[in-house]
Amino acid sequence: MSLSVLNTYESVTETNVTVWFKAAPTSRFPKNGGACIKYKDKQIAIFNFTREGTWYACQNLCPHKMEMVLSRGMIGEENMEPKVACPLHKNTFSLKTGENLNGTLEGIATYPIKIEDDFVYVGFSE
Amino acid sequence: MKTIIVVGNGMVGYKFCEKFAAREESKHFKLIVFGEEPRAAYDRVHLSEFFGSRDAKALEMAPLEWYADNQIELIVNERVTDIHRTKRTITTASEKEFSYDYLILATGSAPFVPPINGVEKKGVFVYRTIEDLEAMLNYAEEIKKTKPNARAAVLGGGLLGLEAGKAVMDMGLEPHVVEFAPKLMPRQLDSRSSNVLQLTLENIGISIHTGKATNSIMGNGAITGMDFGEDDTLDVDMLVISAGIRPRDELGKTCNLEMGVRGGIVVNDKMQTSDPTIYAIGEVALYNHMIYGLVAPGYEMAEVAVNQILETSEVVMKPEIDMSTKLKLIGVDVASFGIPYMPAEKGLSIIYENKTKGIYKRINVSHDGKTLLGGIMVGDAEDYSILHQMYLNNMPLPDNAEELIVGSRGEGGSAFGSAMDLPDTAVICSCEAVTKGAVCCSVIEDGNETIKDVAKATKAATGCGGCKPMVADLIKESLKTLGKTVKERLCEHFNYSRQELFDLAKLKGITDYDTLLDEVGTGNGCEVCKPAVAAIFASLYNETANRQESIQDTNDRYLANIQRNGTYSVVPRVAGGEITPKQLMAIGRIAQKYDLYTKITGGQRIDMFGAKLNELPLIWEELIEEGFETGQAYGKSLRTVKSCVGSTWCRYGMDESVSFAVEIEHRYKGIRSPHKFKGGVSGCIRECAEARGKDFGFIAVEGGWNVYVGGNGGATPKHAILLAEKVDKETAIKYVDRFIMFYIKTAQPLQRTAPWLEKLEGGITYLQNVIINDSLGIVAQLDTEMQALVDSYVCEWKEAVETPEIRERYTHFVNSEETDNNIEFVSLRDQKMPKEWA
Repeated sequence: MSLSVLNTYESVTETNVTVWFKAAPTSRFPKNGGACIKYKDKQIAIFNFTREGTWYACQNLCPHKMEMVLSRGMIGEENMEPKVACPLHKNTFSLKTGENLNGTLEGIATYPIKIEDDFVYVGFSE
Repeated sequence: MKTIIVVGNGMVGYKFCEKFAAREESKHFKLIVFGEEPRAAYDRVHLSEFFGSRDAKALEMAPLEWYADNQIELIVNERVTDIHRTKRTITTASEKEFSYDYLILATGSAPFVPPINGVEKKGVFVYRTIEDLEAMLNYAEEIKKTKPNARAAVLGGGLLGLEAGKAVMDMGLEPHVVEFAPKLMPRQLDSRSSNVLQLTLENIGISIHTGKATNSIMGNGAITGMDFGEDDTLDVDMLVISAGIRPRDELGKTCNLEMGVRGGIVVNDKMQTSDPTIYAIGEVALYNHMIYGLVAPGYEMAEVAVNQILETSEVVMKPEIDMSTKLKLIGVDVASFGIPYMPAEKGLSIIYENKTKGIYKRINVSHDGKTLLGGIMVGDAEDYSILHQMYLNNMPLPDNAEELIVGSRGEGGSAFGSAMDLPDTAVICSCEAVTKGAVCCSVIEDGNETIKDVAKATKAATGCGGCKPMVADLIKESLKTLGKTVKERLCEHFNYSRQELFDLAKLKGITDYDTLLDEVGTGNGCEVCKPAVAAIFASLYNETANRQESIQDTNDRYLANIQRNGTYSVVPRVAGGEITPKQLMAIGRIAQKYDLYTKITGGQRIDMFGAKLNELPLIWEELIEEGFETGQAYGKSLRTVKSCVGSTWCRYGMDESVSFAVEIEHRYKGIRSPHKFKGGVSGCIRECAEARGKDFGFIAVEGGWNVYVGGNGGATPKHAILLAEKVDKETAIKYVDRFIMFYIKTAQPLQRTAPWLEKLEGGITYLQNVIINDSLGIVAQLDTEMQALVDSYVCEWKEAVETPEIRERYTHFVNSEETDNNIEFVSLRDQKMPKEWA
């Protein structure tokens, strides 16, 4: 997979959301785990961090080897920072900022998320 | 603003930048760095790791952004060709001109290629850069296609040569090392230690040829062999030259700096060349008539040059440079410090040699027995750091100096005392010149408590890493002085070791992760404690990975092994490697239907690769229909019990190894443990099943079975150790039951049986006492617990395909039926493989 895929993911903040995409019912996401959704040509990993009572969304693509796998990673926290560990080589990324916590990889793009009527919505700017 | 130009972006050139950027005054300077290689500086010391990882990034000293962040202009792929001293400029290969106020030459060295007839032939390489390695790898691939048992030789049996030997072995070539001197590592080792090293390396499979002068390289176009004269030849298909280094001093020569007779740019103790605005550091610099081919002196030179330019001119190079080294060569510890060997009039030596274990230790002591002058260690260099410190700090020797290498005969502790006895000025980390005082202070005053934090604060242990054990000791001891104890803890969420957590979960009857975290842990967990706790529950209650799926590692969560491209592999159990033609056809049919790449595994079964997540339940449904069950190749659990064909067919067989292997594989299948474990059963001492390379092994002998435990292959191969001799089958199973159960309950996460047994105080004798003589009185309990696990086995794949909620997990998207379009395959020998990583 070429590097160009990586460029299709850019962080979106709550203020520049133009579309709230209705992704899937909350029941499709395991407790304290993740699953992947498709939006246009994007793959977005969504995590149901039940212990925190928070939901997170980020690119499904691990910037290390460019594979679509992050949604299958384990989530957890390090010094209070929520994170996901890539299932391939255990690179960890902050679910808040997208920063690579245990190395110097590119960060990952994160997206705003909201729950309404038991449905998960992800915010995009396009 | 003044301009500094650094020529050369190797390890020492980079270190100059790092030390320079760290200084406040550096903001008054502009720093421009030239590197002729296509990438930024990388860790050449660990170059051979590139073979395993193929990850050039992992070797980087600092990412490109680091240079930018520190306002350093890095120009790679550009060679500096000339220095014009009068106008203080340099020109580059692409004819660009830059002016400087200070010039730093850190051009390093190039491999020395001896003038042998035929060195220009195809297949002859040097070992220095990542590009060299890539070229070697490509060539090795090429020759292996036509010649699967191709051979490669390394010319030179020094430090680097042996590293290169390991590298060609990792490439799958038959390795040979050719050395001109009569012994390996002639500069660091005496002949006896060199012999011990040679024996050990030969046992690993590297052929060593010493005392050989190469006359010519044979072959028509490409290398086919080496000619040593007098009809003595060695057939090889590839040659790596590692016969020493020559300084890259051509820039110094052309601009008429003072040069050494045999090369190198002469520098004074300020690292200045004969032109005071030009400095030379690292392997190009000739200091005290010597070129220093080690990283630590190079870093020291960088430090001196930085200080001189920033006008802290009292910092100069010491007249004597410590050339001590410790490294792991192909898994063998080799270290030498101070004066490694010398004639008797200079001092006396104490030597310990044990060829059966491949260990040699020598210390050289002054005539009055009071001072340590140097020494050598091969095979076991655990005490190197402390001996090296005693030497550097001139510390008094104990009365019985031999105890330093053979251990104290009396009761209670080592001859060294504690690392805390060292003076505060003792340099613990020689790569970064960090003293004991700095390490302790970072703990006591600044509150750092882990190696990671101390390394970040002081830079100790960030170079070669050799001082890590000592830094760990110092942290532990410093914390003790603060009244804190360091205990093994799983991670930041559980202040317990795995064994303690195992007992707690059992005692409290806790069965789910969240409850355990709430009751005995803190926070929200992480990728370290989740799978460890999952394994504990599995061992306590034989719970499959299906129930608490989000605390499982990805392989357990989806009951399959994730592969390079995010697809999975499928391995049904083939107990003992015994399979019927009908089952073979079934696997063939299913693999063909789903277009899977198939390969026979090392554990005598068949692996099918390239299944997409959504295909897994479909494939397993069909396999289960055909009577297969999960092989748990993905789990930290029993993998396979390998067997030879045994007395049923073999004319040498003493007993039925296949029947035994099938029985034992079914007995332990599904049992989860701290790490994967494997078994083997051989029908006679010829050991065709390689049972001694497994966590447990049975070998049929006259009068019963020999039972072995604690072996493994992998990165640190280990032969299993004899637990019991000539016992009947029932007893053999009983012993291994207890061994596995005891291991499951007490090992660290991801610790295999071999390192567990090694760490077990009292070793195999203690283990025999526990599981044969019941010294702890726990045998009955171990038996019951094991039987409970054996009785509660279920095939978790059957459970998964039959339960709709579990099946629902096997979809790439939860909002679309589409599959992952990011996965690409290419063809390979009539099958498929994932497309290479970009």
